[in-house]
Amino acid sequence: MSTDVVAASDLQVYALYLGDDCLILSHRLAELAAHAPEFEEDVALSNLALDLLGQARALLTYAGVVEAAGRDEDALAYGRDDREFHNLLLVEQPNFDFAHTIVRQLFFASYQLALYRRLEHSQDLTLAAVAAKGAKEASYHRDHARLWTVRLGDGTKESHSRMEAAVGFLWPFTGELFQPDPITQRLVAAGIAADPAALEPVWRAQIDQTFAEAGLGHPVELGIRQGGRSGLHSEHLGHLLSEMQHLHRSHPNASW
Amino acid sequence: MPAGDVTAWEIVAAVPDPELPVLTLEDLGVLRSVDVDQSGSVLVTLTPTYSGCPAMDAMRADVQRALLGAGYRNVAIQFELAPAWTTDQLGPLAREHLAAAGIAPPGEPGTPVALSLKCPQCGSLRTREASHFGATSCKALWQCSACGEPFEHLKVLR
Repeated sequence: MSTDVVAASDLQVYALYLGDDCLILSHRLAELAAHAPEFEEDVALSNLALDLLGQARALLTYAGVVEAAGRDEDALAYGRDDREFHNLLLVEQPNFDFAHTIVRQLFFASYQLALYRRLEHSQDLTLAAVAAKGAKEASYHRDHARLWTVRLGDGTKESHSRMEAAVGFLWPFTGELFQPDPITQRLVAAGIAADPAALEPVWRAQIDQTFAEAGLGHPVELGIRQGGRSGLHSEHLGHLLSEMQHLHRSHPNASW
Repeated sequence: MPAGDVTAWEIVAAVPDPELPVLTLEDLGVLRSVDVDQSGSVLVTLTPTYSGCPAMDAMRADVQRALLGAGYRNVAIQFELAPAWTTDQLGPLAREHLAAAGIAPPGEPGTPVALSLKCPQCGSLRTREASHFGATSCKALWQCSACGEPFEHLKVLR
């Protein structure tokens, strides 16, 4: 058992890293239900949200099992405050316009696909199972974002300038995807986690190729924005959680 | 204990999928195992098609109801993720049943992903994907350029 050789607290937090990314991005995409630019896209974004929610449920359930303190997926999703969430800053960024939604999807899905393809070989069998299943889903999430990126980047003057603005806004958040942290590094050494730094070249090649097809340039590197993994979030997460957690907190343990 | 010679597997295998009722759980390839212990308790293992498949709770309830109705007591149902479901796990009759219901089936295992699907209404190959995403996680929306009819496609997942 992997938990014999690594601290359970490390494994629990790592499962929350991955699960919180899925949960928060799922909620962001779900906000667009009935607000997407066309009907087919409404269905598409809802489908993507659903896949991510399913992955989040498996990962949060596992975090609760590893923690062994009686918290289930609901307690972890609806009972934590913003400082206790470990998601990347990228996934909590708002849907300012459709270009922001698509660029965020392109950055995250390309990252998640590279991550899951490595995690499929994790020594931790639960993480490996979630990743093997999730990789099939991340693969078409990536394709969906890639097609839109090319269509909008290589589209009209208006769509191109909106895509450039979105890339400029979101690019500084991508550095956090590949930052090593002590918890992840200990789990990498144990053959459980994927090394974030090793994902960057795979990700970068994908983004470069898509940007080239879309006629989009890279923004000037202005340093990276990070803090999500250690619970230091942008102001946007609190607002997201207040909406996502409102019902559960107002009516604890309510059921249909 | 159940009456007659109907085994627990056969009962569960015949339960229709909640979202694709033309297929049984066995046809869909999501039924992994049915174990009955000496005391008659049943453990059913299913796998989801997609991580977030919202039909999982309905499957659980339908399987439970079918087994309880057949006289089994102490029925437990679990979902396992590995190995991940693919459309190559569809049962031998699944493609036929889907096509008959107007849903274009995915290709056979080992075949490349088709660029064009046969319209389930008129048989034309002049069809196009309208959206890779449909009313359920497992389906895409297509349209036939010959007869104009839209149709669903159980999309290839490998």
